[in-house]
Amino acid sequence: MSDAVTSPAPAPAEAGAVETPFRRFCRDYAESRIATGALVVLVAIILVALLAPWISPTDPYDLASVSILDGKLKPGSQSMDGTTYWLGTDGAGRDLVSAIIYGLRISLGVGVMSGVVALCIGTAVGLAAAYFGGRTDTFIMRVVDIQLSFPAILIALILLAILGKGVDKIIIALVIAQWAYYARTVRASALVERNKEYIEAAQCLALGHNRIVFRHLFPNCLPPLIVVGTIQTAHAISLEATLSFLGVGLPISEPSLGLLISNGFDFMLSGLYWISFFPGVALLVTIVSINLVGDQLRDVLNPRLKK
Amino acid sequence: MTDTAPTLQVENLETHFFTKDGVAKAVDGVSFTVGRGEIMGLVGESGSGKSVTGFSVLGLVDPPGKVVGGKVLFQGQDLLSIKEEELRHLRGNRIAMIFQDPMMTLNPVLRVDTQMIETVQAHDASVSDDEARARSRDALGQVGIPSPEERLKAYPHQFSGGMRQRVAIAIALLNKPDLIIADEPTTALDVTIQGQILYEAQKLCRDTGTALIWITHDLAVIAGLADKISVMYAGRIVEQGGLGDVLDHPAHPYTCGLLGSVPGHNTRGKRLYQIPGMTPSLLKLPKGCAFKERCPHADAACETAPEITHPVEGRALRCAHPQVDLAGVAS
Amino acid sequence: MTVFIIRRLIQSIAVVLVMSFIVFVGVNIVGDPVEMMVSDEADQAEREKVIKSMGLDKPWYIQYARFIGGAVQGDLGKSFVYGESALKIIVQRVPATLELALAALLMAVVLGIPLGVYAGLRPDSVGSKTIMAGSILGFSLPTFWVGLMFIMIFAVMLGWLPSTGRGDTVALMGIDVSFLTADGLSHLFLPAVNLALFKISMVIRLARAGTREVVHQDYIKFARAKGLSNRRVVLVHLMKNIMIPVVTVLGLEFGGLIAFSVVTETVFAWPGMGKLIIDSIQSLDRPVIVAYLMIIVLIFVIINLLVDVLYSMLDPRVRLSEVKS
Repeated sequence: MSDAVTSPAPAPAEAGAVETPFRRFCRDYAESRIATGALVVLVAIILVALLAPWISPTDPYDLASVSILDGKLKPGSQSMDGTTYWLGTDGAGRDLVSAIIYGLRISLGVGVMSGVVALCIGTAVGLAAAYFGGRTDTFIMRVVDIQLSFPAILIALILLAILGKGVDKIIIALVIAQWAYYARTVRASALVERNKEYIEAAQCLALGHNRIVFRHLFPNCLPPLIVVGTIQTAHAISLEATLSFLGVGLPISEPSLGLLISNGFDFMLSGLYWISFFPGVALLVTIVSINLVGDQLRDVLNPRLKK
Repeated sequence: MTDTAPTLQVENLETHFFTKDGVAKAVDGVSFTVGRGEIMGLVGESGSGKSVTGFSVLGLVDPPGKVVGGKVLFQGQDLLSIKEEELRHLRGNRIAMIFQDPMMTLNPVLRVDTQMIETVQAHDASVSDDEARARSRDALGQVGIPSPEERLKAYPHQFSGGMRQRVAIAIALLNKPDLIIADEPTTALDVTIQGQILYEAQKLCRDTGTALIWITHDLAVIAGLADKISVMYAGRIVEQGGLGDVLDHPAHPYTCGLLGSVPGHNTRGKRLYQIPGMTPSLLKLPKGCAFKERCPHADAACETAPEITHPVEGRALRCAHPQVDLAGVAS
Repeated sequence: MTVFIIRRLIQSIAVVLVMSFIVFVGVNIVGDPVEMMVSDEADQAEREKVIKSMGLDKPWYIQYARFIGGAVQGDLGKSFVYGESALKIIVQRVPATLELALAALLMAVVLGIPLGVYAGLRPDSVGSKTIMAGSILGFSLPTFWVGLMFIMIFAVMLGWLPSTGRGDTVALMGIDVSFLTADGLSHLFLPAVNLALFKISMVIRLARAGTREVVHQDYIKFARAKGLSNRRVVLVHLMKNIMIPVVTVLGLEFGGLIAFSVVTETVFAWPGMGKLIIDSIQSLDRPVIVAYLMIIVLIFVIINLLVDVLYSMLDPRVRLSEVKS
């Protein structure tokens, strides 16, 4: 990584010897209290999702512990055997707190997984376009432009209409719907970097394509990529929830937040608001906190906005 | 409106900018008078507060800036105490302003006729479209724009820089104002066009009795144009007087420095004088005289800010070390 | 100019062909159309007959050519569920979707632009901070959940507005519309707000960014120096400058509205083509799915083409890029 440090790093040079770029980054980030709060919330959400089997009050999908007699209980009610359902129960008598915790696990899992795969593909394509330029670039960017002229939800919908339901299928659909955003971002920043002298110097040293692209070009495209990655992940989570709600995303066996909300939809008209409401709040808090973190990252990582 | 009152009399004007890093006194106790048909040059480096002075007169200082003190008497009426609506009726009507960059002063998405007709009708709604158009056409002709009738229908980007400035001047002239404030109107133009515009400005003031404040950093422009001159430094007037008096007998070291750095016939082959250092930040002005750190004559006396003095009638000076004996010169 | 339009036209046709190929491959190669057409009890001979009648024994390129040939003539198969031409069923649903999308677009403009301009003119005021917080929320809130909440609050709890359907419609030039009847309007309101929410947030941001950039331009100060009223400075001098990017983006986003109407129509049971496609996916009504996909691709390609052409016509006159740089 020493190459990345000697080349113009994202953090400006005046960071000085005492203050490492990372520390400076942390200090800049902490300047916004809202963003810091959002980060705390986000970390908490991720921990909850990761630790779901250990911290969830009940296992909502263990048929032995779920009783239909506990169905549609209001928030704060007690079950037959005395446990309190803080957020109520759904139509099948599942504890909503537990269902939300497990739902978060699936929603985050799908969002992050599709985000990572799309990021890898998009980065590779974007770097290739920027580094090789010429016809490769023109062709790739034309494809990217055309794809971006269709909304992500439409592309995902088309794919799922063809592929059918399933975790693997929705991840494929989300990846295809999103790779182009990453490709465009990476290409834009890679083009800027590519024309800088240190790349020319590396080429003069006759370093291999791979070395130049991955040791020199790529590290300098990271800041915008991190920002787009954060915001696109939030988008992917929202998209998955929407598609699952529409009944074209995840199957019933993988109850993400979107499916939980969808299940509550039928009860809502009879006034049982909580079955849809609380999973929606969990979804909203997740998306808002990711977006806030992303916004602050953009401000901190963008050297143009520095004073 | 009284006949005896000068067109514009500014007294102790103070405009401050309340920024996050502190209060910047962009205009700090500025006074001057411009009479009918008179041309005053307001000279200073960028950041000396000369443009802000112009905007303060019109009440166009944007936040975080604010006029905090003084008087702006236009034909005897204090503009700082009248209602916004009354002031708006003076702007562009009795007092017009011309800006520095002709590329930026005209709205790119509106046709020239729209921008001219609205100026007429903003102050007199009873003027018909046709009449306003006729006046606009005449104004364009007056500033030397060929085939004004067709040009009215053009968009600003269809004009060259010099032509755009002429349009801006024509807009300023539309309502036959009593005072024009011109903020470096020729800086962005070619020298030949600059000459034509200066000539026309002078002619206008002579013919119509319009008073003119010409804001510039270029002493050479002022020398051929103005009747009197005010030199600003760091928000204050440091020297003021008749054109010839000040140019021939500059008393403030800053004025001397400015004059010394104008290239001329007798400076050929010699090294041009250069005022050392840079304009100080208004947020971090030195104590005492603001110019002392760049002044070759600074000493202990400059540690206290010099008050404005009037060594002879019609001259003002803010310096502890006048470079000429003004009283002696005058006698 | 003509060359530009022709090039764009060729590109658009290429996109339609590529998408039709993807849809064709997806539906006919990845999926198994025979499964869809014959009942489970059918014997081998019956299957053979179906395969032959559908031309599935031919090589793929001939199948594709037949598919395209049919599509050009407006024949995209018969709906399994409705037993009618798939294309016809969809075309019947188009007005409802367009009405919803246009209503949402109108709201985005009518609400978004004034709020955004206000936030841009007074960036530090409480009102403008509230607007911006609202717009962040508008970006983050999943459309379908907001729709559910709308139904819960306004239909179930308060009982002010109906939650499903189009309400009474009247024919306007042969097309049924809701917005001309009081009942239809009350049905239209919630779905339109729901669909518009995201776009309102976007327009607010665009208008605010534009305002903050334009308001510091010399020509705004010059307009004020001319003695124009604030009203005229804002409504004419400022608005005209920020409208161009806003209108361009809105034009491009109109397609997004049609795409997202899938969500809103499902939530509010609005009988448009978005609800139709979801119903068809659930009931595996493959001809309708294919027809929908082809039509939506066509709509998008046309929108993109129109915006491109319009923008290229606007651009040389305005030359905003020149001024901005």
